Amino acid sequence: MVSQSGNEAGGPAGTGWLARAWDSDVGYSFRTSPVAIGAAFVSGLIILATVFANVITPQNPFDAATLNLMDGFTPPGEAGAGSGMTFGLGADSQGRDVYSAILYGTRVSLLIGFASTVFSLVFGVTLGLVAGYVGGRIEALIMRIADIQLSFPAILVALLVFGVARGLMPPSLHEQMTFAVMTIAIGLSNWAQYARTVRASTMVEKRKEYVDAARVIGLRPFPVMIRHVLPNVAGPVLVIATINLALAILEEATLSFLGVGMPPTQPSLGTLIRIGQQFLFSGEWWILLFPSLALVILALAINLFGDWLRDALNPKLR
Amino acid sequence: MSAETKDLASAPLVRADRLTCRFDVSRPWLERVVAGAPRQTLTAVADLSFEIARRETFAFVGESGSGKSTVARMVVGLQQPTSGDVTIDGISMSDPRSAAAREKLRQRLQMIFQDPFASLNPRWRVDRIVAEPIRAFGIADGAAAEQRVAELLQLVGLSRTDSRKYPHEFSGGQRQRIAIARALSANPEFIVCDEPTSALDVSVQAQILNLMRDLQDRLGLTYLFISHNLAVVRQMATRVGVMYLGRLVEVAPRDELFARPRHPYTRMLLDAVPDLDMVGRQRKPVVGEIPNPISPPGGCSFHPRCPLAFDRCRTELPVMTDSAGALVACHAVADGRIS
Amino acid sequence: MNEPLLSVRNLRVEFPTRRGILTALDGVSFDIAAGEILGVVGESGAGKSITGAAIIGLLEPPGRIAGGEIRLKGERIDNLPADGLRRIRGKRISMVFQDPLTALNPLFRIGEQLSETIQLHTGMKPAAARERAVALLTDVGIPAASRRIDAYPHQFSGGMRQRVVLALALAADPELIIADEPTTALDVSVQAQIIGLMKRLCREHRVAIMLITHDMGVIAETADRVAVMYAGRIAEIGPARDVIKNAHHPYTQGLMGAIPTLVAAAGRLTQIPGTMPRLDAIPKGCAFNPRCPHTFARCVVERPELLQAERSRAACWLHAKAAI
Repeated sequence: MVSQSGNEAGGPAGTGWLARAWDSDVGYSFRTSPVAIGAAFVSGLIILATVFANVITPQNPFDAATLNLMDGFTPPGEAGAGSGMTFGLGADSQGRDVYSAILYGTRVSLLIGFASTVFSLVFGVTLGLVAGYVGGRIEALIMRIADIQLSFPAILVALLVFGVARGLMPPSLHEQMTFAVMTIAIGLSNWAQYARTVRASTMVEKRKEYVDAARVIGLRPFPVMIRHVLPNVAGPVLVIATINLALAILEEATLSFLGVGMPPTQPSLGTLIRIGQQFLFSGEWWILLFPSLALVILALAINLFGDWLRDALNPKLR
Repeated sequence: MSAETKDLASAPLVRADRLTCRFDVSRPWLERVVAGAPRQTLTAVADLSFEIARRETFAFVGESGSGKSTVARMVVGLQQPTSGDVTIDGISMSDPRSAAAREKLRQRLQMIFQDPFASLNPRWRVDRIVAEPIRAFGIADGAAAEQRVAELLQLVGLSRTDSRKYPHEFSGGQRQRIAIARALSANPEFIVCDEPTSALDVSVQAQILNLMRDLQDRLGLTYLFISHNLAVVRQMATRVGVMYLGRLVEVAPRDELFARPRHPYTRMLLDAVPDLDMVGRQRKPVVGEIPNPISPPGGCSFHPRCPLAFDRCRTELPVMTDSAGALVACHAVADGRIS
Repeated sequence: MNEPLLSVRNLRVEFPTRRGILTALDGVSFDIAAGEILGVVGESGAGKSITGAAIIGLLEPPGRIAGGEIRLKGERIDNLPADGLRRIRGKRISMVFQDPLTALNPLFRIGEQLSETIQLHTGMKPAAARERAVALLTDVGIPAASRRIDAYPHQFSGGMRQRVVLALALAADPELIIADEPTTALDVSVQAQIIGLMKRLCREHRVAIMLITHDMGVIAETADRVAVMYAGRIAEIGPARDVIKNAHHPYTQGLMGAIPTLVAAAGRLTQIPGTMPRLDAIPKGCAFNPRCPHTFARCVVERPELLQAERSRAACWLHAKAAI
């Protein structure tokens, strides 16, 4: 057959990894996919905006000192009655700038999203690697737990973990521990997918001869898993992680919307939406609409990027 | 050589004693319970004994399902035998009491695999792949390891600048050279080669086979060579064992085996190989196919395809007997019905 | 001289990729006579499978025929529209692949698959088609064919499956079978049976076979003539005995010396230095010139045509005696 792989052969060996990534098949697929470029651009822009939120917003929406109650319910694009500053996306009942609140809220949402994704990734990949490599009873145990977990909706698992954690903690800690509890609750509800995928690819990789070659020189299972198998099962993990990031953000928003997530003092997008929906029927639509829109755009951009990544890393679809 | 003069140097390097390996090929527990199916075992290797002398190339040849690759894996310790044992230089490969000695022994044995596209970790650079045994055994590190990798690459006909490349940048033959460089990096004495050229094109195969012979002469290596290709085995081996359905049917020195095959299966195999010298020639017809190894025929497992089978072959397993320079497991040969 | 069954002239196949156009076949010309077995050998990437795929119109996209012509009994078939090709494929030219499992649908009984093919191409009634299916299965050496016709592919062994595939290929009484590595997946003892079967079918059904394989031994035993391919071109073509025993192209000579045999002395094998060039780096002039022990000035600048060398033809300037 015509070989398209190995296209770097004969090229200079010393080129940087960035140049090689750009020149690789995945890089090419990225360069020629407007959707991927758009999604990456939007995601990147949102992440940058939240990182520099305190620089690019007119006020810190959660510093009560900067708020002016007289600005309450200022419609989008109009000047507030109290401070006189213009509210591009309007102000809420407290006179809080919706635009600023969205950027700060997105920051919280993204942080929880990233943290819980890393948590479920590390947890799931470790268990999947062990299950796939060791096999036998350990594998059966891990995978049956994963099966059971997957037969519950993720949100239910998160609610359960959240409730149990809350119950075990003194109420005085609730407020400050919410972030950690949310991260673990969402993280624990999503590990099974990683475990399943990694177990499947580990079982394929461990039969490959390079693993045998490492075992022949007496390498123990742990180094073989970490040094040899793990780098070769990382591709699909990356795809799941991207798509899971969007899911985790939505899951967090759902929990916060239900009132069991982030408190109004530390609002995420979900919290903002919950607050906003109280005003929907009294005509102050912007308090609900703009945070919801932000959530949709964020989740969509990350999902589209993840979709592209899955196709780009799947040699069968290329 | 008589038994009295037998010293350490002339003792066989590898000795396999009644090696048997069974695999559980049952379906998963839940499916088995639901379907009410019994457990199933496959006997991949049964009661196999052989010896390999220092500096010789001992080859196993057989068709699919003969168990030859399982033997290779048991010899290097990748597969635990169900019963029986392999000893290399007197050290058992499965006895837990010899664990410490076995760790030392590992440095002296290596394996070369069939598929050069799978035997090199695709995420590693060549220098790391080749140096892995050097580092694992603590032979050298840093600049010394780098120097050794460069020497090894030159030894197998590659360039030292290849060390910074990834495996996908090489052709199949070049990859097999990298695999050989890696196998040699810790100065082993004994290399198990499992179909090392069957994934390669003929002209590349010739390069690799020549290289392996040169290296054997230069470094005094001992090979266990596994192949399904009789011509390749004839090219490489000093002694040959023929396997059929997990059992050894004939062991003989190379020239003896190819000039005077004794076992009916060996004869059939030699007749079946298409050869360049067969242009336009008519051949003896070959009958039957290899039975399912999960339920091999009783008695001599070759009897359903054997032109010489008689009642005894269907019921009684033939044992290895000496037949003028060769060991053969066949009732017909033992009874003198064929020479 | 009567007209050849299949005639390929200057066939050129290209694969456009993002790194430029790869020329997989370049100036490939050969004939196959009716009832003849032409062996096509070469190492992986030499273009032998692509030649077969181009003839039967099954090039994998983005591959395309970029030049030359293919004629079946004088009629051009390389530029046929899709439905014209379909009428030829399976009926006048059929194909046998390496893995019999890809050719057989695991969900249907083999009898159904055979009868369907027979009905499609011959318009027979179902009962007659089934009768013919049994006859075909018997012909390819399936014991108790009338009973086994209702079995599923997985109930057959590898060798038996390849026999079924051969029956399927014969279903419409084709003039040509393209067999791409038909015995490569089989054990030697089964391979020998399939080789014997193909030779007999070729003789009895007067069907020509284009036998694509990397195994010179299979060619030696089966083929009447052999084409040796190298880097998308034919290096040498001639009667099997001549190509194997008296090769004229330096590549063929090297190749024959590189093959270990059961007869010759087991000394050092002949070694061709280097590897076959990648399709994006085929050297100028003769594609073999960087590896050839006889290279001279002309080889580096001018590509040799197939030149007469005794009973064979070789693409090598060593045989351009008249021109010197």
